[in-house]
Amino acid sequence: MGRKLLIEKAHIEGIRSFDVYRREGGYRSVEKALKTMSPDDVTEEVKKSGLRGRGGAGFPTGMKWSFLAKPEGVPRYLVCNADESEPGTFKDRFLMEKIPHLLIEGLIVSSYALGSNRTYIYIRGEYAWIVDILEEAIAEANQNGFLGKNILGTGFDCQIYVQRGGGAYICGEETALIESLEGKRGNPRIKPPFPAVKGVWGCPTVVNNVETLAAVVPIINMGGEEYIKIGVGRSTGTKLISACGNINKPGVYEIDMTISVEEFIYSDEYCGGIKNGKRLKACIPGGSSVPILPANLLLKTAKGETRMMNYESLSDGGFATGTMMGSGGFIVLDEDQCVVKHTLTLARFYRHESCGQCSPCREGTGWMEKILQKIESGRGEMSDIDLLWDIQRKIEGNTICPLGDAAAWPVAAAIRHFRDEFEWHITNREECLTRNFGLAHYADPLEVSPTA
Amino acid sequence: MVKFSDEKLSKVATIIARYPEGKQKSALIPLLHLAQEEFGWLSAETMDYVAGLLQIEPIEVYEVATFYTMFNLKPVGKFVFEVCQTGPCMINGSDDIVAYIKETLGIEVGQTTSDGMFTLKVAECLGACGYAPMMQLGKHFKEHLTKERVDQIIAECRSNAAANN
Ligand SMILES: Cc1cc2nc3c(=O)[nH]c(=O)nc-3n(C[C@H](O)[C@H](O)[C@H](O)COP(=O)(O)O)c2cc1C
Ligand code: SF4
Ligand code: FES
Repeated sequence: MGRKLLIEKAHIEGIRSFDVYRREGGYRSVEKALKTMSPDDVTEEVKKSGLRGRGGAGFPTGMKWSFLAKPEGVPRYLVCNADESEPGTFKDRFLMEKIPHLLIEGLIVSSYALGSNRTYIYIRGEYAWIVDILEEAIAEANQNGFLGKNILGTGFDCQIYVQRGGGAYICGEETALIESLEGKRGNPRIKPPFPAVKGVWGCPTVVNNVETLAAVVPIINMGGEEYIKIGVGRSTGTKLISACGNINKPGVYEIDMTISVEEFIYSDEYCGGIKNGKRLKACIPGGSSVPILPANLLLKTAKGETRMMNYESLSDGGFATGTMMGSGGFIVLDEDQCVVKHTLTLARFYRHESCGQCSPCREGTGWMEKILQKIESGRGEMSDIDLLWDIQRKIEGNTICPLGDAAAWPVAAAIRHFRDEFEWHITNREECLTRNFGLAHYADPLEVSPTA
Repeated sequence: MVKFSDEKLSKVATIIARYPEGKQKSALIPLLHLAQEEFGWLSAETMDYVAGLLQIEPIEVYEVATFYTMFNLKPVGKFVFEVCQTGPCMINGSDDIVAYIKETLGIEVGQTTSDGMFTLKVAECLGACGYAPMMQLGKHFKEHLTKERVDQIIAECRSNAAANN
C-alpha cells in the first residue's frame, strides 16, 4: 500500500462537514502557516517539496508562485482551476465532492502565501451540485473563523468565491479561464504578459489546479523535506489518477509514483485488470491530449525497462515511444476497441472545443474530424493517412494556446503506433463496418535493440 | 415581461458583490445560469434584461451566451437529456444509449418531443468517464446508464412533471 495524503479520509462518514473534517485533523496547516510562518516561508516549503502542477503541464508550483509580481498597492489573486474537462479526467470532481474542506484548507494557506484576499474557484458549469457542496464548506469555514476578516486573529483577511463556467473545455486554459472569470468569451490571451504579471482584471494572478492546491496541505503539515521522500526523482508526493475504460474497477486512485503501470492496471488495489477477461490493447494514461500507446510500449519502455507511473517514466522515449502523465486521466482500451473510432471521438471533441481564434486550430480540427470520419465509415483512401499527418503537423506549435497541440498529438500518436489499423480500415472498407481490427500485434513483446 | 423575482434579485446582488467595485461584468455567466433556471432558455429579451442588470451592452451578453454550450438560445423541453459521447463513454456503449433514447422518445438528437417534455442532446466529456455511459439531466448526472435505467429516468421525469402540475 502506498502512502495516501489527499483522499485517504474521503470515505469517512460525514467528512464533508467541518466538524468531522476538523476532528480528523483538518485545518492544522492553516494554524501552522498563519501563526508560525511568513508567506515567503510557505512558498519556500512548497518549493522544497518539489510539487509539480497537477493540472496537466507539471510545472513546479513553488517556482510559479515565486514569479508572482508584487507591485505596491495592487491586489493579487489566486484562482483555483476546477474546470476539469479533459476527457478521461474526473479526479478534481472526486476530491471536491468527497472532501471539499481539503481544497478550502489548501486555498487558505495558498492565499496567505500569495497575498490573495479574494480567491476564486472557477468550476466547470456542469458540476452544478458541487458548487453547493463547496459553498457549504466555505460557509462553515467562515463560521469557524478560518475565512473572513482577521483569520485566527492573525490579521490575514481572505474570502473564497465559487464561479461557475458555462460549458467550454478551453476555459481550463489559464488565460481563457481568466477571460471567462471576467465575464467574457473564453478566448486565450497571447502571452506575454503572463498571468503572474497581468491576470484577472489586469492584476497579478496565480492559477493552480484543484489537486495542486490540496497538496499544499500535507506539504505544510509534514514539511517539504518529508514530502519529497515520497516518490522518485522529480515525481514527488502522491498523484490522483482517474481510471476509466475497459477495466474492472474504474474510479479515482491516489498513488505514490513508485508503482509500475502494470501493477496499476492489474492489481486489485487499483484498476483490477481488464474487464471480461479481455486483453489490453492500448491506453491513454494522462488525459485525451497525451499520446496513446499500444500495450507493449505502455508496459515497457523502448529500452525494455518496466514503465512506471511517474512523470519521467511515462515520458521516457519522448513522443516517439513515450507519452505523458498529463492530468492523470487514465483511459484503458481492450482488444475489442477500435483506435480509429476512439481517435475520431477525440478529434470531434477538439473541433467542438476550439475557440476559433487561430486558423490552424479552427480549420485543422475540423478537417481531422472529417477525414477520420471518412476512414472510420469505410470511405478512406491511403492518402488520407498522410493528409491527417500533415494537418496535425501544421497545427502543432502554430497556435496561440496549447489546445492546438492537444488536438494534434492524439491523432499523431494514433497514426504513429496504429498505422496498420488505419490501413486495414482503408483496404477492408466493408469489413471495417462489421468488425474491428482487434488486438493484432499491439501487445507483442518489443524487440529491444542492444544500443537502445 | 422578463423579470426576476425579488428572491432572485437579492441573489443577483450577492453574486455581484463577489467581485471588486466596477467589475460587475464578471457576474455575467452566473447570471445567465440564474436566468436560464428561471426562464428555461435565453431569449433576446432575457439577455437584454441581464445586460441591464449589469449595466453592460446587450452585445456583450450575446457574445458570451453564444460561446458557452450550456446556454440554450432556443426553447427546450422541460427535461434535457445530454448524453456524453466522447471516447471513454463511447467505449462503454454511449452510442447504444443515444439510439435507445431516440427510439423510445421518437426524436432525433437536437429535437424536443411534441408534448414539450424531453429534449435530446449529445455532449462532450462531462467529467464522469469512470461512471460511463452517462448523461446530464439538469443539475445532476445520471451515471452507469442502461436501457432499464433510461426507462426509469423517463418515468421519473414524467411523474415529477405530473406532480408539479
Ligand atoms: C486546452 C487546455 C485545457 C486545460 N484544462 C485544464 C483544466 O481543466 N484544469 C486544470 O487544472 N488545468 C487545465 N489546463 C492547464 C492550465 O492552463 C494551467 O496550466 C493549470 O491550471 C495550472 O495549474 P497547475 O500548475 O496547478 O497544474 C488546461 C490547459 C489547456 C491548454
Ligand atoms: S489554439 Fe485553438 S483553442 Fe487555442 S486560442 Fe487558438 S483557436 Fe483557440
Ligand atoms: S467521456 Fe463521457 S464523461 Fe468523460
